[in-house]
Amino acid sequence: MQLTGAQALIKSLEQAGVDVMFGYPGGAILPTYDALLDSSIRHVLVRHEQGGGHMAEGFALATGKPGVLMITSGPGATNAITPIADAYLDSVPLVVITGQVSTSVMGTDAFQEAPIIGITAGIVKHSYLVQSADEIPRVVAAAFYIATTGRPGPVLIDFPKNVSLETMEWYWPSSVEELDLPGYQPEVALDMDAVAAAAELINQAERPILYVGGGTIKSDASKELMAFAERTGMPVVTTLQARGAFPDSHEQHLGMPGMHGTYTAVTAIQQSDLLISLGARFDDRVTGKVSTFAPHAKIIHVDIDPVEFNKIKKVNVAIQSNVATALSALDKTGTKPKNLEVWWKQLNAWREEFPLFYEAQEEGSPLRPQMVIEAINKSSKPGTIVSTDVGQHQMYASQFWKFEEPRTWLSSGGAGTMGFGLPAAMGAKVGAPDTTVWAIVGDGGVVMTIQELLAASAAGINIKVCILNNEFLGMVYQWQQLVYDGRLSHVALPSPDFVKIAEGMHCVGIKATTEAEMHAAIKQANEINDRPVVIDFRTDARENVWPMVHAGASNDDIIVHPSQRGN
Amino acid sequence: MNSHEIIEEVIHTPVRLHILSVKVENKPGVLMRIAGLFTRRGFNIYSLSVAPSELGARFSRVTIVVDAESAPLEQIVGQLNKLINVVEISDLSPKDAVERELLIATVPTHVDVRTPLLDIIATANAAIIDVDSSAVTIMLAGTPSACDDLERELEAFANVELYRTGRVALPRLGTPA
Ligand SMILES: Cc1ncc(C[n+]2csc(CCOP(=O)(O)OP(=O)(O)O)c2C)c(N)n1
Ligand SMILES: [Mg+2]
Repeated sequence: MQLTGAQALIKSLEQAGVDVMFGYPGGAILPTYDALLDSSIRHVLVRHEQGGGHMAEGFALATGKPGVLMITSGPGATNAITPIADAYLDSVPLVVITGQVSTSVMGTDAFQEAPIIGITAGIVKHSYLVQSADEIPRVVAAAFYIATTGRPGPVLIDFPKNVSLETMEWYWPSSVEELDLPGYQPEVALDMDAVAAAAELINQAERPILYVGGGTIKSDASKELMAFAERTGMPVVTTLQARGAFPDSHEQHLGMPGMHGTYTAVTAIQQSDLLISLGARFDDRVTGKVSTFAPHAKIIHVDIDPVEFNKIKKVNVAIQSNVATALSALDKTGTKPKNLEVWWKQLNAWREEFPLFYEAQEEGSPLRPQMVIEAINKSSKPGTIVSTDVGQHQMYASQFWKFEEPRTWLSSGGAGTMGFGLPAAMGAKVGAPDTTVWAIVGDGGVVMTIQELLAASAAGINIKVCILNNEFLGMVYQWQQLVYDGRLSHVALPSPDFVKIAEGMHCVGIKATTEAEMHAAIKQANEINDRPVVIDFRTDARENVWPMVHAGASNDDIIVHPSQRGN
Repeated sequence: MNSHEIIEEVIHTPVRLHILSVKVENKPGVLMRIAGLFTRRGFNIYSLSVAPSELGARFSRVTIVVDAESAPLEQIVGQLNKLINVVEISDLSPKDAVERELLIATVPTHVDVRTPLLDIIATANAAIIDVDSSAVTIMLAGTPSACDDLERELEAFANVELYRTGRVALPRLGTPA
């Protein structure tokens, strides 16, 4: 069967199992958009390529399937750089197809030319420039294989216009061997000696911690984690990328570690004698000052990417594996610390003394953002998906929403990309149409991609958006208060009329200023399922995120909520 | 520092050099990816050479001499390994490798320099590969330190144009892999 390059690309996407993609057309990718008309693939027309990239990420994070973005050359491609970088840092499987000018004019500053392969070289797992139509099925199949195996990540396919117009004889690679990837080995055999060494360390541990990272969710290891944690009785912490990997309601869960983690999670790591890292990467937001991080702990590090071993902390045992496989193997050894009673007594005492805390709502004051999150959480069904933007509201959401299942929490961790929350929620909703999806966003970040509300209403992506509107770049405001002696430099944000913006984009807009209005707004939002809903919650700018470990400070110097200090 | 001073400093500083012999797929952009990776981690590349090898048209061999003190070698090798187009890496420490490098230089030949120049060529075991009435081009294929020596000798002459290729290396025979 003879196909044009454009037809071959679309057919290849179908063969790769794509049933929905996000995109935005333009000159260089027009032949491919024409071929898309004859396909069963659902295409969501986004309103800005950055938004489209975050939607593809949200889709991938919620479903575990790769997200697909198709855009044009030049400015279309450069607009997608931020979500590509975001996906790279959080190991999100994406396939991004960029149109490119014809090969005969590449390098001549042709209209809408950008050297996107070079620009993105440091933020992709891999990229392809398609040089002839014959390569298309192999390149597309390889792109999906690379994006989704090993440590997942974004793969870019740069697709010159003339190649999309060539003809080729259709084929589809029937095996991994045909993908021609001699240098790619995503998984290695489990090193049973390392497993045995790890088991021995666990046997001897008195103060162990299971330090659970995003790799646990990426490898769908929640079941294995539960079995292992319950059998061994060890305490669990879940990083920002791993919220939901282990239920918050579980007795053994100490919460999130790191800069805004719980006192108990942070301090338990500091005091631990064995840190079992499961797909986590010792990010500086978790370690604080590295030289004083977990000073007494031996380290077992499970990761699929061997570059993570010894990158930040020297490890005692490295297990190169996906988390699920490693945990099952460890569990089979029957390893178990002898007695954790003393440890749990200590941990429970900390939990008792320093729980996550905020002051009760005062009559006549703006809303406490933590209270809004708890109220939405209480009104939501189990399994509700929460996507956040970046800032104080992100930390409140991680702290005060109770996560019970994996893939119900989407947040930009590695890159901390403002503008992520709203489009990522849309992507999740596209992937899980029967699940309620809340975007919890700040008044600053939401306007970076707010135009996607138009895409949401047009495509019937009926998300719910909770804007925690403190009229500030709150997280920066917090740092300026605490680190820069209250010198406020460009952090005030006079609020737009979010209700009108929502309505102007064919969504329902609601404003909530009082506690009663808050409850009414949430109730109303939960009753509307045929349109996106935006609620502008007017929150208290005086509120700050606690606990906090200052950037570069030791985790030993964690600062708790003001009301918990000084006794 | 200008580039000449930097080269001077590198040559005369006892750095802990490592030789990475990297088998790569012969694909567009491979060098860009390798170079980008070194730049990103702030690794100093001391020399780099790329050429087709016995491996056929599909693969090339890139020989990268790195200053392993500028960053942990484990990280360099790990990051390189993650590049999809990198097939295999061998990390040779200079004592376990045979290394060779090519130096060529064009030296103006006024009457008064001819004798000393011929002496240097003879001592270094270099060869004359081109000549006209005003200059000679000489060549030395030798160990990096032989090339260093010749380069230093040639500093006595004015207006020398000199190029070195960077090293290529293979494991010393009888070295356990
Ligand atoms: C694209 C981008 N620009 C700047 C920042 C730095 N930054 C981090 S949090 C923050 C403030 C966010 O304000 P808002 O969205 O209102 O959330 P809040 O902290 O008030 O909850 C800023 C500016 C960032 N993370 N991303
Ligand atoms: Mg704000």
